[in-house]
Amino acid sequence: MSLPTLDFSLILPELVVLITALLVLIADLLWPRAASRGREQAPAVLALAGLILAGLLTLLAGEWSGATLQGMLVADALARYLNLVVLLAAALGLLLSWSYLPHFSTQRSEYYALYLLAVAGMLFLGKSIELITLFVSLEILSIALYVLTGFHRGQLAGGEAALKYFLLGAFSSGFLLYGAALFYAATGATRLADIAAQNAGGFYMLAGLALFLVGLGFKLAVAPFHMWAPDAYQGAPTPVTAFMSVGTKAAALVALFRVVQAAGSVPVGVWATALAFLSLLTMTLGNLAALRQSSLKRMLAYSSIAHAGYLLVGVVAGTAAGFDAVLFYLFAYAFMNIGAFAIASLLERPGFYAVQDAGIHAADGLFGRRPWLAVAMAMFMLSLAGIPPLAGFFGKLYLFAAAVESGWAWLAVAGVLNSVISAYYYLRVVVGMFMAEPSASAHLRLPLPASATLAVALTALGTLLFGLLATPWFQGISR
Amino acid sequence: MTSADYLPILILILIAAPFAGIAILLPSVLGPKNPNRMKQEAIESGMIPFADARRRFPVQYYMVAVLFIIFDIEVIFLFPWAVSLNQLKIFGLIEMGVFLGILLIGYLYVWKKGAFEWE
Repeated sequence: MSLPTLDFSLILPELVVLITALLVLIADLLWPRAASRGREQAPAVLALAGLILAGLLTLLAGEWSGATLQGMLVADALARYLNLVVLLAAALGLLLSWSYLPHFSTQRSEYYALYLLAVAGMLFLGKSIELITLFVSLEILSIALYVLTGFHRGQLAGGEAALKYFLLGAFSSGFLLYGAALFYAATGATRLADIAAQNAGGFYMLAGLALFLVGLGFKLAVAPFHMWAPDAYQGAPTPVTAFMSVGTKAAALVALFRVVQAAGSVPVGVWATALAFLSLLTMTLGNLAALRQSSLKRMLAYSSIAHAGYLLVGVVAGTAAGFDAVLFYLFAYAFMNIGAFAIASLLERPGFYAVQDAGIHAADGLFGRRPWLAVAMAMFMLSLAGIPPLAGFFGKLYLFAAAVESGWAWLAVAGVLNSVISAYYYLRVVVGMFMAEPSASAHLRLPLPASATLAVALTALGTLLFGLLATPWFQGISR
Repeated sequence: MTSADYLPILILILIAAPFAGIAILLPSVLGPKNPNRMKQEAIESGMIPFADARRRFPVQYYMVAVLFIIFDIEVIFLFPWAVSLNQLKIFGLIEMGVFLGILLIGYLYVWKKGAFEWE
């Protein structure tokens, strides 16, 4: 029996994140008195250092190529790019957690350890090229996120959100596993490359792919599998929402891309049409529901569902240009969406027992109170709506252009029409900030913690720069 | 794979189904019957199956049960490893060391957090 060859250098960033998670977990066992000496943020510092180190290792790794761990994981350009998106989203979400978490919890090391485990799950998911590994990675990230969703224990909505997310998530994992079983039944292989090589047709492959679409659709919050998302996104602590709305989408999209590539024997027209209708349904439903929300966070949750629909357009296109557009959009989305959630978290008043949710009018008159915050929020909203010259506009441009090129013009038209609908609720926030009378709670102080301010500044800068430098960046991705 | 490859599974079902049926039927024919109220409960596990869901229950049982599941699975994982260790050699030993090390950290964590303290 030959022993497997293990090349750990290809999964170094993931290992760094995992080891940091374990270190963070035992940090307050090793130094139990750190909190009393004014070092209560030690776990956050450690976690951030781990994320930055993992990001640097990804950047400096040179050209990644090749599979490792017996063909279970692959380190390629796609995985590398996903690493950067997820680590960026995680670092920004962590900056938000820094000042947000102390409002309601003292369990810092637990929080950051789970957070890092979710990151590790996402990174591994992006590298999975084998069905079992893919499933295990998905579960690592999901289980960590179920707990994080309900981390605000004093708040009833958090528990409800976590339970809903857990039950529906467990259910969707069943679908995904059934899909994997059918792939195995059709081909007798679990590695995606072997499955593709078998070129097996027939009912098993078709049904397996359909179940995969359902399972990953749940994680992506694609309609009609989105029912958990608004509640989970609203009930979760806002930094967790910001991180998971970007990270989970990014990782699940890469997994979806790899799986549809492997199921090459299923005619492209079949799954692309199915995905196109899912995409149409998702963006329409997300945008229409977002119009009617009275909570800022819930509105952003529905907007995030709509964006899952836009992102699917790139997968439907099925071309390299289509997926490059998805990757570009993910980066833009990481900046503008986390920025929007960051400001939502600043407008909230979290307490130990409940969060006073930021209502749709919480940002009214913000320009008079915190002008720069209002300007940043306006940028996020305009970028999410897809208005030039911000990052969101170019993201949509590349996505819809790729769709038109591969003959999905009607989907691109639907996407543009949806952007028009979405402009209404995004602009309503902007108008409120600059023109409306301050909201009733505006007499309260609006504290600006340094870490959250840094996160807002970074996301605003990213939203602007990715718009202005969209062309060279996109060419960098496509290369 | 053809349908014929699944024949063993069909045979297994055909054997397993009567076996389960016999295991239920035989005791009802041969076993002594002294019914009382507790024995008639749907699940005889010490918990009252039909009651208000919002009541107190000893959370210690829950902690122990969860920890039991974790270490139970660990042992299940150890069995195939132990059988194939003479082929896996030093590689297998290190891999299992890593696995046990991660579990050990979790174990120390719950211990220090006081999950084993009954009172």
